Order: sequence, then structure tokens, then C-alpha cells
Amino acid sequence: MLIMSKVKVILLTGRTIDQGVSKEHGKLSKEYQEKVAICEVDSSDLKNLTVIKGLNIKVITRFGSVVVKAIKSSRGSHPGIAYMPYGLWANIVVDPHTHGIGMPSFKGIPAELEAAPSENVTPIPVLLEETFRKKPQ
Amino acid sequence: MTLVKNVTCPICGTLCDDLEVEVEENSIVDVRNACAIGEAKFLNFTDPKHRNLKPLVRKGGELTEVSLDEAVERSAQILAHAQYPILYGWSCTSCQAIRVGIELAEEVGGVIDNTSTVCHGPSILSIQSVGIPTCTLGQVRHRADLVVYWASDPYSAHPRHIERYTSFSDGRFQESEWEHYVTRLRGVLGKKRLSRASARISMREVSIPPIADPKLPPEFETEKRKLIVVDVRKTRSAEIADFFIQVEPNRDFELLQALRLLVKDEELEVDKVAGVPVDLLEEFADILISCNFGIFFFGVGLTMSSGKHRNIDAAIALTKDLNYRTKFAIMPMRGHFNVAGANIVSTWQTGYPFAVDFSHGYPRYNPGETSAVDILQRDESDASLIIASDPVSNFPRNAAQNLVKNPMITIDPVVSPTTMMADVVIPSAFVGIEVEGTAYRMDCVPLPMKKIVEPPKICLPDEEILRRILLQVRQIRQTGGKA
Repeated sequence: MLIMSKVKVILLTGRTIDQGVSKEHGKLSKEYQEKVAICEVDSSDLKNLTVIKGLNIKVITRFGSVVVKAIKSSRGSHPGIAYMPYGLWANIVVDPHTHGIGMPSFKGIPAELEAAPSENVTPIPVLLEETFRKKPQ
Repeated sequence: MTLVKNVTCPICGTLCDDLEVEVEENSIVDVRNACAIGEAKFLNFTDPKHRNLKPLVRKGGELTEVSLDEAVERSAQILAHAQYPILYGWSCTSCQAIRVGIELAEEVGGVIDNTSTVCHGPSILSIQSVGIPTCTLGQVRHRADLVVYWASDPYSAHPRHIERYTSFSDGRFQESEWEHYVTRLRGVLGKKRLSRASARISMREVSIPPIADPKLPPEFETEKRKLIVVDVRKTRSAEIADFFIQVEPNRDFELLQALRLLVKDEELEVDKVAGVPVDLLEEFADILISCNFGIFFFGVGLTMSSGKHRNIDAAIALTKDLNYRTKFAIMPMRGHFNVAGANIVSTWQTGYPFAVDFSHGYPRYNPGETSAVDILQRDESDASLIIASDPVSNFPRNAAQNLVKNPMITIDPVVSPTTMMADVVIPSAFVGIEVEGTAYRMDCVPLPMKKIVEPPKICLPDEEILRRILLQVRQIRQTGGKA
């Protein structure tokens, strides 16, 4: 039986070179989803999640949750820090509060990670229809 | 085949202007000197799978192909009848188009905001309150012997920044550190290979290198140009750096203030600040003071985490303090290729750099109240015009939901989640590839963007599309709502 443990992390969102390149291949491309619908997690946190790299995880904050692919963070060791590239998936879970200056908090958000091996990453057209209840192009 | 030289790259605020593009029968067949992102753009921008090539208007819930005139007329109707429209985007278009956009915002009594509102908006607020000791990238290239990237990962967001303007550039008074870096990299890769091989033999896990460098490397004693990265995690840029300092998330403000004390020869009565040992901080402060010309490049890691504009206040104050001891400058790493231009044109036209509200008949500026995300979160706007931007992807979900529920016009060369959810889609030409214009580099130096190939006939320049909408809006308003 698979135990679904949760791991608490601080979530950062930002740019990656792969996100920048794949965006130029089109935001509906398979490459874009593969490079952007991901979460880089420290190897020790992946172990605690009982998840191996490449499987899906659910990123949960108090603002929402989203299923993305878990990627083992390749640089340094930083348990407790998870990183998602900017994009539609990340913006479901970021902190929208602007603290009176117009800028939401896209970095440093308390989050929980949970293994979601049986759930799929939602492609952009489906995510748009679910989120906005309007038919996309 | 034609070779177009000195092409300015329409990707990031570094605005590399040394690209060479090969053109054959109005199509780009090769590009040289570009980074991976620039190359991907030049070689893929015509891909019909993600290019807007038809004007569309939402009818009966579905986007339907219409003539360009009908799309422009529908856009004008939406804007002319809106009470409080938002005109958002502007960072990936030319200064010429932005100027017309401001005229349109004034005409319809709306709010014009650019992407700096969710990028370096807090930096601008800070600069307005405390000023900024800065310089041009040319000065950095030729003179800076200490470069500090703070909360910024140029390798990912500004891939040629280090090569063109900082450690790997050959300046008049500073040499490139590229060869030293390659030598060091070979050493690191060799160590990694050995570690992996010994792990295989002994059946244990590969050891992960320590998070931050525990002490300064010996080369810091030398006169060479130095590169330091301060960030919350080890990025690719941190790997390139001579030294990496890891700060705990949301605690940059403390680290900056601690450095200010050390630069003023005060003592810290704690062992660590923001996860960084004070001994190391003292050495860092010494390096900052002892350089001849230092520069802080700061990224959105400071503006988007706890403290926001206060982090920038502290970084600028540190730079100011350092200028009592040596020569130091500071510069924000601007993201989109003309986000600096959007701020400059907006300031030149209205007096304010972003979040400008014309609803009272004169420009008002109060980020937090007149900024796009706040207006959307309060659900106050009733229509929008989005140009060269993708806020449906990049705004928090509740703001994007309120944007999408009201009539939305998009002017964009590419298909994006925003154009997919729009009510009017107007295809446009790519600035810097299919249409010329002006853009401002991150150090506020204006550069010309070239026209390299002809756009498809249906794709007009942003400036012309906006002029057509503005003309129709004026006609509608003059005739009391009847076009």
C-alpha cells in the first residue's frame, strides 16, 4: 500500500532557461508543458514523499493546488525549498496579496507537497476551461 | 541570401545588439550570437501552430474569424463603452506603440499599466523614494572589478548578460574571467566524476556538494575580476560564480541591513544572519569595500518575496553606504526587452512609470490602488485591452478570473492562454523581427529594433492597430455612441 505523506516546503517561482526556450515553441506545445508544469524538489524531500523523480506530485498552498511533475533538483542540497517555473500551473498556487503596492508574492510561499502518482498534469486548454468556465480558442 | 548584422534581440532587457541573422526569401534560416531563447524565437516565430494569423471575435461563446476592420470596430466599441478599462502589457512592444497606447488610455479614461507592476514595480517605488546610484552596462563592462548578482539568475533569465557586460566580457580596464572559469569547471567536473565512480564502487549514494561555499576561495586574494551570487538556492549562475552565499527565503532584508552595519564598521552580536555565518559576512563586507568599482545587479527575488520594495530600499542604502568607501552602483535586472521603455515612455507622457489611472480625466498614480492586479482583485474594471503580454498565465488566479469574465481585447503575434480566453484577438507583427521600433535596455539606453522580414499581410504593427482603435473610439465618442 502506498502511503501518501506530505512534505512542507517554501515554494519559489521563477524563470528557467528551459521555460524561456520552450515558450518560443508555443505555449500549447508538448515541450512547454514538459518544461513548465514541473516542480523542482530536493532529493531528500522526494524521498520523504515516497516519490521518484518524474512522477507527479500535488503542490498545495492556501490559495490552491495543482498537479505537476516532480523533478529532482540538480544543484546543491536545499531541503525544504521547492521551485516551479512561471506559468499557468504555478500561478494557481501563488500568494495573490499585493501588500498595498501592486505586487503579488510569487516567491517564498509556504506550501505542502503530496505524491499524486495516479493524477495527471492538466493541459493548458483544459486548465483554462476549468478555471475560467469560458471556451478557449 | 542576405546577412543582416547588428540585430537587436527582442527577448530580455539585456537587448544584445550583435546578432547576425541570415534571411532567404523573406524567411530567417539562421541566427548567430543569440542565446538559446533568442535563437528559439528567431527560428520559430513563424510556426503557424502558435502564431495568430486571423482576427477573431467571440460570437455565441466561440471565437470566430472576422475581418480586421470588424475586430478593430468591436475593440473600439468595447473600450468606448467601458467605465473603467485596463490597458495592460506593453513590455514586448515598441516605445512608438506605447505612446499611442497612453493616448488611448487617456481617451477612454482607463488605467494603463505595464508588466513592471508584477516585476520591478517595487524597485521603481523604492527608486522614487530613495534614488538610485547607477551607471550604464558599458561602464560595468569596462570598469567593474566586483560583480554581485543578488536574487537574480542571469543564466536563466538573461543568458548573455555575464558574457556581454560582466565577468566574461573583455573590457578596456578589466579582463574576461572566462578562461579561469573553464579551468575551475574542469576541476569541478573531474571531482564529480570521481565522486560518482567511488559511489558506484562502494555502493553508496553520490554526495551532494554543500549548499553554500563555506569559506572564500584563495583566488579572492588576487586582483582579478570577481563574481559573487547571493540567492536562496544554488542556481546555474551561482555555479558560475567565484563565490555563492545562500540566504534563507524571505530574509534578504536582514542580510542587507547586516551588511550595512558591517560596511560602517559596526559589530554584529549574533552568529548568523539569515542563515549566513557572520564571519563570512564580515569577509563579504571587506570584499565589497575593497573593490575599485562594484555593481549589484538585483533580480525579482528581492521584489517578489517578503519585504518587496523595502528589500530594494535596503539594497540601495547599502550601495549608498559603500560609496562612502569606494565606487559602487546598483541596477535592476529588467525582464522583458522593452519593460524599461514602457516605464520611460509612461513617465515622459504622464509623469508616472506604471499603474497610471486616467479615470478622473488626469493621470493619477497610486500602486496598490491603481495597479492592474489590485483593480482586478477588487473586481472594479469592466473591460481590458492586453497587448504583447500574457496576464492569464502570469497573474494570480483570482485576478486572471476577473480579467477573463469581462470583455477582453488582445493584440498579440502569438497564441497564449490570454489570447485563447479573449473576446477579440488582433494578430500583430513581431517588434524587432517584422517591424522596427525603439526599445530601452535595462540601463535605460535606447536601442533601435530592426525590421528583418516582412510580416504576413494581416499582421500590422502594434502602433498602427492602436491608432485605428483610437480613431474609431474618438468617432464613437463624438457621435454619442453611434459609430
